[in-house]
Order: sequence, then structure tokens, then C-alpha cells
Amino acid sequence: MAKSYSRRNFLKVSALSGGGMLISFNLLQLSAGAQPADSEPFAPNAYIKISADGSIVLMAPNPEIGQGVKTSLPLIIAEELEVNWQTIQVELAPLHSAMGRQTAGGSGSVRGRYTELRTIGATAREMLVAAAAQTWSVPVTECAAANGEVTHTPTGKKLSYGALAATAATMPVPAKPALKDPTTFKLIGTRITDVDAKKIVTGQPLFGIDTRKEGMLFAMVSRPPAYGKTLGKVDDTAALKVQGVKKVVQIENAVAVLATSTWAAKKGRDALVVQWNDKEKLENTAAHFDSFKKLLDKPSATPPARNDGNVEAAAQQAVKVLDVYYEMPALSHGQMEPLNFYANVQNDKAALYGPTQVPASVRSEVAKKLGIAEADITIASPRQGGGFGRKLMTDNGVEAALISAAAKCPVQVQWTREDDMQNDFYRPAEMWRYRAALSATELLSWHQSGIGIGRGVRGDSYIAGSIANYRAEGQGFASNTPTGWWRAPGANTLAFAAESFMDEICVALKKDPVAFRLAILQQAKQQPVGKLSYDPDKYKSVIDLVVNMSNWNSKKPGIFKGFSTWYSFGSYVAQVVEVQLVKGQPKIVKVYCAVNCGRVINLSGAENQVQGSIVDGIGHAMYPKVTFVNGAVQETNFHAYKMLRMKDAPMDIEVGFVPSEEPPTGLGEPALPPIAAALANALFAATGKRIRKMPFAEQMG
Amino acid sequence: MPELSLTVNGKKIQIDVDPSTPVLWVLRDHLNLVGTKFGCGMAQCGACTILLDNVAVRSCMLPVSAVGQRAITSIEGLSANGDHPVQEAWVEQDVAQCGYCQTGQMMSAVALLRRTPNPTDAQIDAAMSGNICRCGTYLRIRKAIHTAAKKQRTI
Repeated sequence: MAKSYSRRNFLKVSALSGGGMLISFNLLQLSAGAQPADSEPFAPNAYIKISADGSIVLMAPNPEIGQGVKTSLPLIIAEELEVNWQTIQVELAPLHSAMGRQTAGGSGSVRGRYTELRTIGATAREMLVAAAAQTWSVPVTECAAANGEVTHTPTGKKLSYGALAATAATMPVPAKPALKDPTTFKLIGTRITDVDAKKIVTGQPLFGIDTRKEGMLFAMVSRPPAYGKTLGKVDDTAALKVQGVKKVVQIENAVAVLATSTWAAKKGRDALVVQWNDKEKLENTAAHFDSFKKLLDKPSATPPARNDGNVEAAAQQAVKVLDVYYEMPALSHGQMEPLNFYANVQNDKAALYGPTQVPASVRSEVAKKLGIAEADITIASPRQGGGFGRKLMTDNGVEAALISAAAKCPVQVQWTREDDMQNDFYRPAEMWRYRAALSATELLSWHQSGIGIGRGVRGDSYIAGSIANYRAEGQGFASNTPTGWWRAPGANTLAFAAESFMDEICVALKKDPVAFRLAILQQAKQQPVGKLSYDPDKYKSVIDLVVNMSNWNSKKPGIFKGFSTWYSFGSYVAQVVEVQLVKGQPKIVKVYCAVNCGRVINLSGAENQVQGSIVDGIGHAMYPKVTFVNGAVQETNFHAYKMLRMKDAPMDIEVGFVPSEEPPTGLGEPALPPIAAALANALFAATGKRIRKMPFAEQMG
Repeated sequence: MPELSLTVNGKKIQIDVDPSTPVLWVLRDHLNLVGTKFGCGMAQCGACTILLDNVAVRSCMLPVSAVGQRAITSIEGLSANGDHPVQEAWVEQDVAQCGYCQTGQMMSAVALLRRTPNPTDAQIDAAMSGNICRCGTYLRIRKAIHTAAKKQRTI
């Protein structure tokens, strides 16, 4: 297990402008020539900076989009480093080759970096302890680190990390530092306030939209008003007459107006006379769904992704057959901070700064488009006003770089909400056909077949592996309306259909929705059919917890309940939604949510993510949709694209975490997929109406 | 351009600006007070909420020429040290996820608490439903407003 680290890369000593000494523990960087001994390459990350004056800066290596990693990632380092959380500072790291996967996506930041960041903190801690032992000429075993200082236990002598930093820099790097016994954790698992909380509530310039740099102009961009259109003739005479407008430049399929203020740039853009030519088919949402239905009524064009037993033969034995369709519209991401990006491209170098979940991809795209070496491009991200998958696409950053290169000046490109709505990479519109064969008492077969815009739909319910006759088919649908990743992609629509359908089966068989699911999981555990892609015991752990939390088995007068459970991004979630009828209209009273996500890092942040996912999932099940008419999005802003507001949020969301000693799994997304079905199932219990189409509000009348 | 007189966060200022410019962009681009946020540009999301005298208004559709004598308060003017009860309550409840909408949420909360010092949940919902939080922090916002109300009572 010997790992070779480059001492030179690991530690860096430099002078502070104030006259002090700065010791940077550049975290565990493998030297270029060194080969890791294990098969899994150890790709070290993040930074710890301990200054001689005792100040400690921890770098948060991944983009912060509201998922809390600017707090939770450094928290993991701090736990092992043994520092006082109240006195350290945290900074977002720029893109750096030593930092591994600097991406916000796939609920992967904490689960991907947990062991790595612990090791980084422990390494620095052991070097500081070794430095103290050497200073005092005592055995290392007599020294202990806590609260940013090392104590010689027999004598009580203490040295601060700041005082030890210079000596620590000369200590050998431990090959395998000892990680703390989790029972001694002081920070991990507690409630920690977001590191930027004070800056947020005082309106500090934290976000991309707040970027102000020397010589910068503000830009607004005229992009195609519909998918399928391309740029034709441009008349910028009037735009250039707008006070404050400095330049108009064309890039690819768009025109940018650069001005001395955002408002002047917008007025200039509005004054452009641009001809847009029809180049491709101008598509319509209504036609998409008509086509989906026709295709789902035919045998699937693609072979099944999974095909156990024989669903047709099972249907021959059926007493009853269910055959229903579910529909989900396209959705926009609607992150609160409209897209923006700063770029300064000059002399074959580029400096980029702005909201992105994938800084490395933005850099490589810009390098390709502008013919600049990646080494000559710097990129960093500020705190971001939401992500939800929108910024897994690189278009906003690349566009800013192209504009700066064309205009030959630094530029801050600002999108309007209308720009965001018409130029998104949408959650694909989908339709699913679900069929089940039932005997008088049993489920005999399950057949799901889905279609969606773009690359197509996939995935299984946990019923796969528990039932003899199962088939899952998914196909894509070619369109020039773009699609992308939208929080819990795939899972957020699949779970709605699959867990609603599960409820339909329970109703048809007159079974309790919880007892029925527990029987499925028991079957999967004892006699799995084919491959099982989940852990039945972990599913059961969240179901048991939410049953207890919500008193599932006791009736409450006037309260109607819905249940749903789903596994995604390594985590298991079960939910109960309670609704009441107020003047005949359903109102969500309370949501109970049980989560098994391994060890919880920051309890406050974790609870916030779970509650937020539930509100997000309810909101997007209930209200918004994106409709294309001749390639143009009809819902151009929040007056038509309805977001959930406080009056429609549940009054209470109770969150319970299954105690776990296992490493953390995903948490930014897993609580979202099950909620739409839990709500639909509660609405069915309350009203007797089965809602199979989003947005629910349109179905509720 | 005509010179306009404004009172911003307690200071009287003169400013040369296109009079059609919304107050939002005057604050952000001309006065470098960037805590007030742009979200929709059509008074639908509340990210740009400021106080005009004691009333919460959406600054994204309010031309600067229409402000007149009314005093503008932005998030930066709530307190010198971030210790306004609403600001403290927001930190205590660890409300924010991305944080982008929260300054607008807080300005709406401040206006609510000025006219209704002890709001009920229903009053909070009514007053706050002009502000969207895409991250879904509504439950913590409700709690923080109750917390701020308590803090105000003890001042």
C-alpha cells in the first residue's frame, strides 16, 4: 500500500506580503513520475493553507450550486485536521489539475471525496504532530492534536498550528496516515451553518452576476427566437445609437451588444433588427406527444433493456390487466440566477469566471473553439444561484469567450429570464405505457415502455428482480429541441410513473401500499430473479423508518396519505405525503421523509437538501411545463412558467436519517424522485382521481 | 442626461443615468450595490425586492425616474454589521441553499414585520408568495421570520 508522494509538490513555502511565512500543504499530489501502488489511482485534491500567524484556509474543491459542498467538503478535512471550525476560512478552489473531479453533478461531491478529504486532513495533522514532537524532542505518541494546536500530553505544553507550520513543512509525508475513529468525530454529523451565511444575508458580491472587472463591458445576446432558426441579416444601426452601447459583434448563430451597463446592453439588443431564417423543422409539443402515443401503441422499436420471463404469457393468465399511460412535459431548469459568464480573451490567453457545474469542460470547449492551449486558460466559479443540471452544459461560458475574443475586450455576458427559458437544455418530455397482469390476489407481470425526446429513457423499478415476468423498454425521439440533465435525471420521471403504477396495482389488488412493497423486497432478497441492482435491506430500512415517523398504520381523521420509495445516487428514500381537503381542494399538510445515505456529514445542510428536494419535486409535479409551438417556448417567464410559492409549500417536512456507519452516498438529488408519486397517491386517496399527467394542477381542475 | 436625486440607504446622492433604467440596475451597475438580485425582470420572482420607504417593491420594473422623494433601502442598508434581526434569524436558521433569492426574501420579510410584528403562518405565506425560492427553502424562511419576530420583541 506504499504510496509515493512528491514532497516538493506537497509542501510549498512562500513569503506573505505582510512579512510572515506561508506554508501551504498542497494536498497529496502524486509526483509526475510516481506510480500509485494500488490499482485505484490516488488523485489528491484540495488545499490546506496554514499561515505562521495561525490563520487556516481550507479550499472547497467542487462548484457550489446550493448543494452545500462549500461547507460539507472542507468540513471533512477539518474533522481530521483537528481545527476549530469557527476560526478557519473557506475558499472555492479554481480549476486545478491537482484537484480531481471538480464537478457538481450526479450527487457525487461528498460521496466521491469522503475518504480522500479525510486522508488529506489526517496527513497534515500527522505532520503537524511530528513537527511538535521534534520541537520538544519527545515521542510522537505523547503528542495529540486538537483545536488547531498540538499538546504534549504529559507536560501540557502546547504549540499552535501556525507556530508549527514551518517545521511541519520539513516532516516526512506519512504514507498511510491514521484516520480518526468515527466515534470521536466532533464536526461530522453535527449541524453546521453554511460558510457563506453571513455574506449571503448582507448581500456581498458572491455570485457570477456580481462580477466587476477592470475595463469590462456588459453584454446581452440576441439568439434564435425558436429552435430551427438561424441568423440572417443583421442591422445594428439603431442599436449602436443607444447611449452606452459600444460594440456589436456576431458570433456563430447570435449577435452580442456590448455596453457600459446591463440596461444599456439590453436596450441595445432590443434595438437590433435581426432576420432569422427557418433552417430546420419548427417543432410542436402537441405533435411530440401524438407521436409518442403512436409509437408506444406499436411494438417497441428497440430491444428491451431487461426482459425476464414472458409478460405476454403472463397476461393470458390474468384476471385483470392494467394498461395506462403517464406523461411528463419538458421542463426548464429555472435556476434563480439567470445565466451569465465573464470572459477576457486576449493575446492567445483566456481568463474565465462564472457559473458552471463543469469548469473543466468549459475550458476544453473554449480551447477547441478559440484554438488556445488549455494551459493558457484559467477558469474559476463563484458561488452559483442554483444549478439543477443546467450548468452541466457549457454554452454560457463558451459564448462569453467567443464574444470577448470577437470584441477584443473583457465582457460580462448577462442572460435575461426569457433568454434562459428559450435557450435551455430541457428535461425531456416523456410518455410511459405501463401494463400489469393481475390474478385475483397477485401481480403476475410488469411491463413498462417509455419514450422521450433525445437520447431516450431507461431504468428499472425495484420490482425488477422480484417478479418472474418483467420487461422494460425505452426509446429516444429525434428532435431539434435540446435536452439535458435536470435534477435526478431519469429517476425524477421514472419514479413518478413506476411508484404511481405500483399504487394502482395495490388499489386493484386491495393491498396496503407499504405491506405490498415490503413483500416485493422480501421476495427480491430471498429469491431474486436475475440481477438485483439495489440492496433490499436498505430499502426496508427507509420504509420501516417512515412508517414509524408517520404512524402509517393508524388512520387520522380527514387526512389522506400517499406512499412512495426510490433508490438513486446510492441513497434510499421513502416518503409519506399527507393531504387534507380544504373546501374540496387538496392541501399538503405534512411530508415525512426517511433517508439512508450512509453517514450524514452536515445535518443542517443534509436536512435542507432533503426538504428542498421535496419542495422542488412537488412544485415541478404540480405547476410548470415547457410547451414548444413552432420551435418557440410559450412559457417565456415566471408569469407563465409557474414555480411553487410559499403558500403552496407543505407546512412541515419531517426528515429522518437511518443511522449508518457506512461512507456517505448521494444527497443533492435522491429525495426528489419519489415525491411526485407520493403526492399523486395521496391525491388519489383523497379524491379518487388518478393523476397520470404532469403538471398535476391542470389535471385537478 | 438629467441628474436625479435619490436617497439610498440613508444617503442622499445625485446620479446621471438614463431615467428609464430600473432601480435594480441603478443599484447594481451604477452604485455597485449588488446584493439586490436580478431574477425575472417582470416582478414575478421577488429577487430584486427593495424597500421604498417602508414598502417592499420589485425594483426590476421600477424606472428610477418614478422613485421621487421616497427613500430606497437595499439589503446593504438593513444594518451596518449584518445584525438586523431578520439577518440574524436567517443565519440562525441556516436558511440558504444557493442563497441567490434570499436578499429579496429578507426585504419582503422586513416589510412584513414592520406592518405586522407578529405574523401568523398564513400572514407570512400571503406576504412572501411574491418571492420564489427555487431551492425550496420556504420552511426555513417561515421559521426565520418567526425567529426574527421574537428577536424584535426583545429589542
